Amino acid sequence: MTATDVRTPPPAAKRRKAPLSEGKKAERRLGWLLCAPAAIVMVAVTAYPILYSFWLSLQRYDLKFPDERKFIWFTNYVTVLSNGYWWTAFGVTMLITVVSVVVELVLGMGLALIMHRTIIGRGLVRTSALIPYGIVTVVAAFSWRYAWTPGTGYLAELVSPDGAPLTERASALAIVIGAEIWKTTPFMALLLMAGLALVPDDLIKAASMDGASWWQRFTKVMLPVMKPAILVALLFRTLDALRVFDNIYVLTNGANETSSVSMIAYNNLMKGLNLGIGSTMSVLIFLTVAIIAFVFVKLFGTAAPGSSDDGRR
Amino acid sequence: MENPDRHPRRRRARARALAAAAAFVLLAPLAACGSDDEGGTPVLNLYQFPVEKMQDVIDTCNQRANGAYKIVYQVLPRTADDQRVQMVRRLAAHDDSMDILGLDVTWTQEFASADWIKEWAGDAKAQVENGTLAGPLASAQYNNKLYAAPNNTNVQLLWYRKDLVPNPPTTWDEMISDALALKQQGKTYQVLTMGAQYEGLVVLFNSLVASAGGHVVSDDGRTAVMDAGTVKALQVMKTFATAGVTAASFSNAVEDEVRLAFQGGGGAFQLNWPYVYASMQSDAPDMLKNVGWARYPGIDASTPSVTTIGGSNLAVSSYSKHPDLAFQAALCLRDADSQKYLAINSGQPPSIEAVYDAPEMTKAYPMKAEILNELKDASPRPRTPAYQNLSTVVAAQLSPPDQIDPQRTAASLKKSIQDAIDSKGVLP
Repeated sequence: MTATDVRTPPPAAKRRKAPLSEGKKAERRLGWLLCAPAAIVMVAVTAYPILYSFWLSLQRYDLKFPDERKFIWFTNYVTVLSNGYWWTAFGVTMLITVVSVVVELVLGMGLALIMHRTIIGRGLVRTSALIPYGIVTVVAAFSWRYAWTPGTGYLAELVSPDGAPLTERASALAIVIGAEIWKTTPFMALLLMAGLALVPDDLIKAASMDGASWWQRFTKVMLPVMKPAILVALLFRTLDALRVFDNIYVLTNGANETSSVSMIAYNNLMKGLNLGIGSTMSVLIFLTVAIIAFVFVKLFGTAAPGSSDDGRR
Repeated sequence: MENPDRHPRRRRARARALAAAAAFVLLAPLAACGSDDEGGTPVLNLYQFPVEKMQDVIDTCNQRANGAYKIVYQVLPRTADDQRVQMVRRLAAHDDSMDILGLDVTWTQEFASADWIKEWAGDAKAQVENGTLAGPLASAQYNNKLYAAPNNTNVQLLWYRKDLVPNPPTTWDEMISDALALKQQGKTYQVLTMGAQYEGLVVLFNSLVASAGGHVVSDDGRTAVMDAGTVKALQVMKTFATAGVTAASFSNAVEDEVRLAFQGGGGAFQLNWPYVYASMQSDAPDMLKNVGWARYPGIDASTPSVTTIGGSNLAVSSYSKHPDLAFQAALCLRDADSQKYLAINSGQPPSIEAVYDAPEMTKAYPMKAEILNELKDASPRPRTPAYQNLSTVVAAQLSPPDQIDPQRTAASLKKSIQDAIDSKGVLP
């Protein structure tokens, strides 16, 4: 067995690992077999569309001009990446992502602490905190839209009786971000609450015996223990916020430069019927998501909450 | 024994219920798709935007068909963008359950170029061409072939409150100063029209350009022009948006919001399609007494306005299972009787000229002279398969209208429109 190992081209890294025992090998084979069905389904439903989008992104393919379909390599990427609309949408998406995730983290932490500490009516508190997350985004977005439209809405009358907040860029973006925060803070709180449950009570009691103030206990004891949960929550929400679509579609429909990258990809695919340009945008969004996930996992060391340090690669 | 899952009987019942639910969820959409020809009569699905009383016309045609076919009305959403997106998705997927399509005039060339609709030929073509107004007929042609049958046509009119405005303005400048005078007197003054970032804004732009004698694209639709007339039009649009005479929600308003605002007493002027008349008859008869109409305002007092042709065409889907019947049914849906019925009951101006002479039209349709007047000078929108891209780009660059900088906007529009025509452009 070892002989065959030696004859295979020897990358330096491979040599460092000790050869596997028979039992370990069998275990590993079983592991692969058990994973296989899930892996195959994943490949069928995700890999195929991704590769197909990539294939489409390399073509001039416009449903309006079916006869002019041809392979043009990376020309679509040049067109999109040198386009002002794309970068405006990219900036808007980044703004929405950063602001909403930061605010959600702070609010979510507060909510998680409240839900964690509540003794009376715990179920009621948790349920009511989760209601915004349970409402369909489009339905909630319509409520926000009517609330912010002069004539039909109380918020528009209350905050700016003379204007229409959804028709100005800054206020419209603020409303979109507000709707996102309202909607997904409960999700953040839920993930953070799972992290809070990991903090041993003894540790906090010991810290307070040593004279640590509430703030010290929070920053020196709870946050470090919760770090994996916080990172996972941040990763999930960042990737989610990056793909923001429903709220913008309903609230402004992209008017006054409030489109996100998902909105503009949709517009090029569904309204422009330009499969080449639209797929190029989808691939670029996918790459952005992949890069962010990579940064979180490799640089910040995000892993599943509760998994041990050496479980990470 | 408290855990119900441990009780085998219950567990089986629950599993069965779950399986039934799963089967229903999986099969229900299939069943919905399979609603095909009932009892041997071929079913023709008409996909069209919502039209009041459309069902009456369909029922009449179904009766006249005498079992040859049965038209079923599949009502599309209210806004034009939503209608188009839904049709395009189905057509791109070669959906064979679509037979007759109610197309906005501007989509005809695009759908024809994409091979989604069938060419009209022979007897059916002759029947369509006979007696149809030239403007609407042109909107149904592409590369000198007929791809659709004009159904209704449309032009926007100026609707005004007779109790506030004694004489309707004939130019934009006049209308703005009238509104400002009303504002100073503390009366209702708003000029209501569509200013959201969508096709409605492009129609406004097109009408202004045509009234100023400008051209957005060349006659063959392959080159962006953007001449002095378009700059003048942008100037007027900017003045209008910044004069303080629009409603607060102008840059987010679409047709129905404008109609409801005017109906509810929220403005002194409304620039909108004639359907608002029929709606006011049923919803706000008290308001209607005070409402007058006039020709759409022009740019220059000596030159009458030129307005954009709206309306819709009926086309037959390339994927229809019964194309011959679909042509017949479409002819019935747009014949003189059907057009007259809808003109009277839903405020949809006919595309067949003779229908305007019908005696019932005068009573139910008091503004018909104004509409025919406007139709005689009307301007078609650029006829190019890339119209939708062109329109999206124009709407994006003109939104919000108070930010227009005439010279600069015209220059950047010219570049974007050329890109849109060459299908190199990125849509916002």
